[in-house]
Amino acid sequence: MQDMTEALGLAVDLVASGDPDLVEIVGLSLQVSLSATLVACMIGLPLGALVAVTRFRGRGAVLTLMNALMGLPPVVVGLIVYLHLSRAGPLGFLGLLYTPGAMIIAQTILIAPIVAALSRQVLEDMHSEYDAQFRSLCLTRGQTIAALLWDARYPLLTVALAGFGRAVAEVGAVMIVGGNIDHLTRVMTTAIALETSKGALPMALALGIVLMALALGVNAAVQGVRSTAARYAYV
Amino acid sequence: MPTRSLLAATALAGLATGAWAQESIIVQSTTSTANSGLYDHLLPIFEDETGITVNVVAVGTGQAIQNARNCDGDVLLVHAKPAEEEFVADGFGTERTDLMYNDFVIVGPADDPAEVSGMEDAQEALSAIAEAQAPFASRGDDSGTHKKEVSLWSEAGVEPTGGSGEWYRETGSGMGATLNAGIGMGAYAMTDRATWISFENKQDYEILVEGDSDLFNQYGVIPVSQEACPSVNAAASENFADWLVSREGQAAIAAYRVDGQQLFFPNAPSEGGES
Repeated sequence: MQDMTEALGLAVDLVASGDPDLVEIVGLSLQVSLSATLVACMIGLPLGALVAVTRFRGRGAVLTLMNALMGLPPVVVGLIVYLHLSRAGPLGFLGLLYTPGAMIIAQTILIAPIVAALSRQVLEDMHSEYDAQFRSLCLTRGQTIAALLWDARYPLLTVALAGFGRAVAEVGAVMIVGGNIDHLTRVMTTAIALETSKGALPMALALGIVLMALALGVNAAVQGVRSTAARYAYV
Repeated sequence: MPTRSLLAATALAGLATGAWAQESIIVQSTTSTANSGLYDHLLPIFEDETGITVNVVAVGTGQAIQNARNCDGDVLLVHAKPAEEEFVADGFGTERTDLMYNDFVIVGPADDPAEVSGMEDAQEALSAIAEAQAPFASRGDDSGTHKKEVSLWSEAGVEPTGGSGEWYRETGSGMGATLNAGIGMGAYAMTDRATWISFENKQDYEILVEGDSDLFNQYGVIPVSQEACPSVNAAASENFADWLVSREGQAAIAAYRVDGQQLFFPNAPSEGGES
């Protein structure tokens, strides 16, 4: 328990002093995980919407697969991306291993299924509600998807946040493809793992507190945007 | 759709790496040299002199060698001489040079259930631990320290994996994680002295066995061969390896201290030597 108190004090000191290393690590964590969330949404939202409004043979199997992929283990994703980006791998010529780019790719693969599966559920529920109306307007599939994505924008924000939360909290994938290189690929979670391995448990915990504060901040910011937008919408 | 997303991912990746244009090399390294803070001491000196950025990927020796065999590093800095020599013999390294040494120690709880405290013979201590079936936390990860531990058990004529999951506990993780786990369950552990001195979660643990010549821990440095790995930055990696074994690099290694104790003792041939 003494460690907890010490960690809390350390966390406050770290933030208050604006420690440049911490700022760099927090900045990279945000850059990598927000980029991954953005790309995962660009892939996952259209995919989720397409599956939501389409009926085809084997759809049940596709839904099961999408849902199962939400549980992809980060360390396995890291390993697969490593094997592809390694100089000995098929994409080695890109020279991406041990760069933030590799970390973005790994986290994107990790969370795109989450975005796709959750948005599919959200959009399908909404679609069944509006189905008759859409039919009467004779909308094409593309128009239907666009209308659904727009109408579901607030619940989809929560979907994006679920993806971001998973990305910013994982350590297994970024450790392998990023290498936890100081001033290059070190992010919050790999820094926490490093401090733990040094036996500096209070410092590791302090970084954990900062990470949770960061996640809280991002979520609060999104919540703020959402409620402001909703207020203007109903004036 | 997948093509477009891949393009987007690549574009983002390109953005993220664009700022990283200055000359740099990647060192595939054992963890003890990174966790003990040695690189934080050495690298700024080298970078100031040459302008070459050195990026360290700190993993166990086994993984470091495997990564280097995949051409994912320019320099290899580890501590498992037979595996290092094999790496060079297989054509992946240009040349292996002794860099520095320290030693392994066996740490354990103050109450010392196997009564090994003060022993100077590592095999004797391990036999005593096995006989008492006192918990022992092994790295179990094919690292340099693990390879050393396995060879000591075999010299002691004990097959510890018979007690695997009982008194012999293979954590399958790094030195620090193994120490954390070992201390958590009151187990003995073998660690390199540098990691131990700089480790901050010692609790009531102490060094119980030390001083056996079998516990010698030699580190080596090997530039990765450009013939085997065309992507290697040969000039910069040779430059770094040469600097480490030069008089100046060796002096910088000797000057690194934690709590007043020297962690690594330079012993590169010719120029440097002990200071």
